[in-house]
Amino acid sequence: MIGRHKHCIALEDFSREEILEVIDLAVSMKEVLQRPIKKVPSLRGKMVVNLFFEASTRTRSSFETAAKILSADALNWTSSSSSVTKGETLVDTAKNLEAMRPDVLVIRHSAGGAPRLVAEHVGCSVVSAGDGAHEHPSQGLLDCFTLREKLGTLEGKTVAIVGDVSHSRVARSDLHAFPKLGAKVRLCGPPTMMPAGVERLGATVHTDLREAVDGADAVIMLRIQHERIGDPLIPGTREYSKVWGLNAKKAADWLKPSCVILHPGPINRGVELSPEVADGPRSVILDQVQNGVAVRMAILYLLAGGAGEEARA
Amino acid sequence: MNAADIERAVRRLGRDIAERARAAGAAGDVAIVGIRRGGVHLAQRLRRELARELGAEPPLGTLDIALYRDDLADKGAAPVIGPTDVRFPVQGKTLVLVDDVLYTGRTVRAALDEIVDFGRPRRVWLAVLVDRGGRELPISADFAGARLEVSDQDDVQVRLVESGAPEDAVVVKPRRAP
Repeated sequence: MIGRHKHCIALEDFSREEILEVIDLAVSMKEVLQRPIKKVPSLRGKMVVNLFFEASTRTRSSFETAAKILSADALNWTSSSSSVTKGETLVDTAKNLEAMRPDVLVIRHSAGGAPRLVAEHVGCSVVSAGDGAHEHPSQGLLDCFTLREKLGTLEGKTVAIVGDVSHSRVARSDLHAFPKLGAKVRLCGPPTMMPAGVERLGATVHTDLREAVDGADAVIMLRIQHERIGDPLIPGTREYSKVWGLNAKKAADWLKPSCVILHPGPINRGVELSPEVADGPRSVILDQVQNGVAVRMAILYLLAGGAGEEARA
Repeated sequence: MNAADIERAVRRLGRDIAERARAAGAAGDVAIVGIRRGGVHLAQRLRRELARELGAEPPLGTLDIALYRDDLADKGAAPVIGPTDVRFPVQGKTLVLVDDVLYTGRTVRAALDEIVDFGRPRRVWLAVLVDRGGRELPISADFAGARLEVSDQDDVQVRLVESGAPEDAVVVKPRRAP
């Protein structure tokens, strides 16, 4: 359980204390990653099924690594080679996998709400690894963890999230989590990529990049998601890069010296970030990848580490 | 045990460990590892005693054995995990594992599992303030400040000023119902 939650589906559901429970535990999990033998026996005999209906390398590998470090058995399932191609429904697939008695189902799906639907039909814990443009809670938690690690605290800090906010599940998870930890959020991007009414979540909206990053403690650059964009929302990547991308000159002139740069990956080099910035001293992108494993270890440990409800009864 | 008893016990533990380390030719290779949470403050006290006895301060680490427990599946919720901090090479060291109370032996079993994940120590000794009996595994203390026979219905609490107690004390109390 994470606080009172059996599942990890959306950071919108999580309280400040529940977010802190995961990222505090991730500190200890990260220590395990530094050891000569990166394996602990805590989840021996538990099974984690990665159920991915969308392409993913980073997140799937991260969950798989997290499970294996904790000694759980990890089963990877991808839709391209499954019965979904034969017409099986999402719920049927999940129920069939549940019959194999996993302890945690990790689900990525192109439809927002898919993990919650599955959670209503299975008895094990469900973790969303990203659902459509809804949320990507483990990415949001690893962003919280990385920012706290780099800035000391999120309390009173300003974070700018730049890019295609409307299609970004990462931005949505961040937007639910950061204010709960005391950070102010600025959103910036083309007006066509800014969801209507997003100010209601407590963020300020900007179209001017310089204004958005001025004085910010951290900047999260989002990926242009060519695969999710039907109609073109921007004239072209070249223009996007010119107006909303971050290159070395803009970073040097506009960002305060201590400002760190994050990116959920994979980067479109030369579009949202120039290579010098992506690989430069402000970039904590690779820290995010390592912290992702630690945070996912914490999530799996909290959800699969205790006895199931039947045992508790 | 009162504060004076505990102080005497820690001093004797330090003396005995130093003596055995010298006899084993390992005086220069001793390192101390406290098992969280009860063993950490005791490990710090033992380190001061050993520094006095051996003329050099041995390296100090802490272990949190929560990830190595064998009863996770029986727990209602996953236990809280604190930091493990071992910043010295374990390889070839004479390690002194320190805990406040030795009871079933399961914590020590988990600590041994964890420590070998950091390397291969030359040897491991176990030092505890109180050995209360009641072992469930074949584990025994090499050094004990006090050996008591305590009923399974009772708890042994080691209260130290470093943990916020008004004074050092070892108290045996009836166990609270879960």
